[in-house]
This record gives sequence, structure tokens and C-alpha cells, in this order.
Amino acid sequence: MSMLQNVTLGQYFPGTSVVHRLDPRTKLGLALAYIIVLFIARTGLSYSVLALASAGIVLLSEVPIKLVLRGLRPILMILSLTVVLHVFTSREGVELVSFWFIRIYSGGVIQGFMLAFRLVLLVLSTSILTLTTSPIALTDAIELALRPLRRFGVPAHELAMMMTIALRFIPTLLEEAEKIMKAQLARGADFESGGLLKRAKSLLPLLIPLFISAFRRADELAMAMEARCYRGGEGRTKYKVLAYSRLDLYAAMCFTAVGVVALAL
Amino acid sequence: MQCVELNSGTQIKGAAGIIETKGLHHVYRGHEGDTHALGGIDIRIEEGDFVAIIGRNGSGKSTLAKHFNAILLPTEGRVLVLGMDTRDTGLLWSIRQAVGMVFQNPDNQIVATVIDEDVAFGPENLGVPTPEIAERVDAALRQVNMLALRHHAPHLLSGGQKQRVAIAGVLAMHPKLLVLDEATAMLDPVGRAEVIETILALRSIAKMTTVLITHHMDEAVLAHRVIVMDEGRVVASGTPAEVFAQPELLESLGLDVPLAAKLAKELIRSGLSLPEGILTAAQLVDSLCQFN
Repeated sequence: MSMLQNVTLGQYFPGTSVVHRLDPRTKLGLALAYIIVLFIARTGLSYSVLALASAGIVLLSEVPIKLVLRGLRPILMILSLTVVLHVFTSREGVELVSFWFIRIYSGGVIQGFMLAFRLVLLVLSTSILTLTTSPIALTDAIELALRPLRRFGVPAHELAMMMTIALRFIPTLLEEAEKIMKAQLARGADFESGGLLKRAKSLLPLLIPLFISAFRRADELAMAMEARCYRGGEGRTKYKVLAYSRLDLYAAMCFTAVGVVALAL
Repeated sequence: MQCVELNSGTQIKGAAGIIETKGLHHVYRGHEGDTHALGGIDIRIEEGDFVAIIGRNGSGKSTLAKHFNAILLPTEGRVLVLGMDTRDTGLLWSIRQAVGMVFQNPDNQIVATVIDEDVAFGPENLGVPTPEIAERVDAALRQVNMLALRHHAPHLLSGGQKQRVAIAGVLAMHPKLLVLDEATAMLDPVGRAEVIETILALRSIAKMTTVLITHHMDEAVLAHRVIVMDEGRVVASGTPAEVFAQPELLESLGLDVPLAAKLAKELIRSGLSLPEGILTAAQLVDSLCQFN
């Protein structure tokens, strides 16, 4: 049953560091800006500056390095593929190895590792964002960030409400899945043996009750929300209002300096 | 959309009760024919009342409750909430603000991922200014004695605690009437006791007008008035002492008499001189302790 307990909600690491205390909108904006700079940057020196900046933020955030690096695990495959493809296919620069049909050129090696490095920095910056920002704060920030787009028909409030409800119900539904699983196991269901197809099939008696129950919950929740006067985002006020502090200004200034230096080099 | 809130300054017109139903019928339209859930209900709930509505499954008690805040609209007849007709769509949000409802399943009525944010959900919807929301959230959580857990995630709470949060969420909207639609049905005995204690505290401190829909008779005896429903009609109504003095009627409706009342009756029959009309365990203990 431990498979369900391992599912963590986002990857928020609670704390009170400078990075944690930044307004989520600032963090969201800076993470986006960082990614843009990352894609404009061309030289190794620029990347070094950006990497140094990342390392500094990680240290400031007081999040264990291990946790930050864990974010890289899912992209290991992509990383190695990127490097391998570039190393073996590129025909730029000086020939380094020439053996049988394998030809490795210096341009390919440099390009491959630069790209991989860029990917690593990209994932690290988003990891830091989600590690230091609670899902609720992030939802608020996304709602506010999307608000100007409402004119073009982007349902900012509705998206944020959906995210909040999803976050609220993930633990509840996981608990329920576990209960159903135990009930089915007690009746002789087998979730763990057999091939991929058989195992996928054996999940049906788990998924169908779970879906039915989710729909019933949705129905009841909608009624409870209406009973509490919910009628969309129009005319709604906020209990917790996000406020920028001086910290946000400093962060933005530091970031601008790093960005300018990185692009100038 | 403007939000109309009924402050204490607003005068309730005339002598309208908090709830008044007149010849209320409700028919559920279904694929396999219609179900006549309510067949002519005339009741009145006054300010300060504490009413319990009892009845077996399918007696129409929950359907009736859903008419109190316009979740359901009458097929025939009228429901007036503070003099406002529930069929008037312009008054819908004023009605829902005035009648707070707590539902059966504790999990399916908490919206936010943190307790205090959930309590703030109602006031946010009403457009209450931010500083006042904070005050309301604090006050409501204090009233249900959940202030200490305000930053917790709802899925870590017990059933009784979740229902108390749900009650706080309703109180923060400053309702005139609190309706509990089988709010204790899914709880364990400890959780039930917590919720009932909360309701009694609200009654004694805030004089909250309360409608308690339940199938636990030991909860119904706490009310000032009991309405017994069966097959969509009111079959008996009166003080708990009056209603529970008719065990034959209750039994024919598939309802129970409170355990303490049953025991008192048996004791009287076997020769003990106890006073009539004992309904709760506390009353029974009191009378038994007079013997020496």
C-alpha cells in the first residue's frame, strides 16, 4: 500500500528563508525571466554567471541540496539523449575521434554539453520555485498573473479555483483509492502480478468506483459551494491579499543585474 | 452583481418568521416517473427557535431542508425566508446568506486547502472587505473552538472537527438561521458529541436559530420543538416531551424513542416512582439520584 503514501503534494519544502518570503508573483515572474535569459544566452561565460546565480538562490533558500537535485531525476534520460545525439551527429569543429564509422567532432561535444547544462538550469530554476512556494500561494500568483488576460477570454479565476479544489481533493481521493484497493484485495483482487496489460486491467475495479465517487463528491461540493453564495469570481473579495515588500524590489534588482551581466558576456 | 447583506440594522418586515412554508409541494421528475417528495407542508420557524426534524429515510426531511435556502424550489406552494419568496431569483443570494446550511458529508463541503481559508470562502463570495473577513474568520473559528487548528489542512482533521469547520464556514456569513442537514449522520460517537456540543454552545451564547435534521432521537430531544415527517407530510409536531410520549406512533413510522425515555418508562412500569416525561440521560440520572 506504500505506493499511495509516497505521492507528495507538489514538492513544497516549508521554510522561512528569504526566498520563501518573496511574493509568489515575484518568484513566478523571475523564474520566467530567468528561463528567457537562459535561452537568449549563447556563451559559456553567460551560462557560468547564470549557474552561479542559481547556486546562490539554492543556498539562500535553505532547501537541502539533495531535494533540489532530485528534481533532475526525471530528465536524466532526456539529458543523456541530448548529449549523445549531439556528440555523434554534429560535424562541426575539429575531428576528435575517428574509429570505424564513429566520428566525433569538438563542436558536437561542446553543443551537447551546453544544451544539457541549459536544461539542468531550466529545471533547477522551476524546482526552486515549487520548492519554496506553497501550492496555494502559487495558485494565487497564477490567478493574478492571468487576470489581465481575462479580456481575451482566459478564465483566470476559474482556473485558480479548479487548481485549489484539485489540491484540496488529491489527499481525499488518495485515501479513498487506498480504501477501495483494500476492499478489492479482501475480495481476492490481484494488483501486483501479471504482465503490463493484465495489471492495467486489474486496475479497473479500483478506478471505476473511484470515478463514480469523485463525480458524487463533485456534485455535493458544487451544492455546498452554491449554498455558500459562490457565483464565480465577479464581485469576490480576498481573505489573504498578496503584498509586495522591499524584499521583492531587491530580488528584482539583483536579478536584473545578473541578467544584464549574463547577456553582456 | 450586488450582494445584499442583511445586517441587524435591516428591519425584517412585518411579523414574518425566519422560515414560512405555505402548502409546499415538491415533485422530483425522473426517468421512471415522478416522486412526490413533499405533499403540502405548512410550517413556521420563528427567530430563536430550535427545531428538530425527524423521519425515516425518504420521509422528505432533507428535501424540505433544501427548500429553506432555495437549493430546491417549490413545485407548488411557497417558501418565505424572512419574508423573501424563494422563487424570486433576484433574492437568491440574500436568501442563501440568511440561511446557512451544513451538509452530511464532512469531506464534500470544505473547499480550501487550509482551514481558515475555507471559513473565509463564504465571506469572500459575499464581497466582504478584506479586514472584516479576517475578523469574521477569527470569530467563527473561536465559536466552534477550532482557532488553534486554523492553519491545518482539512484532510488531517477528524470528522467531528471537519463538521465544526463547516459550521464555522457558515457562521462567518452571519446567517439568521443555521440548518444542519444530517450533519452528524456520518460521524463516530465522539464526533457527534463534538458537533452537538458546538450547536448547544451556539444556542446558549449566540441564540442562533437552528434547524436540526436528524435520525438520532437523542439529538432531537435537545430541541425545543420536534417535527415528525413521513411520506412527505408532517405527521406530528410539538415539544420533545409531547412527541416522544407517543411511542406507538413513532414505532409505526420506523422511528425510535430515546433510550433514556425507554428506560424511564420500563422503570416506572416495574414500580419505580419516577416523574413523567424523562427524555435525556441527564434527566434520568437527576431523577434517579433523588432516590436514597
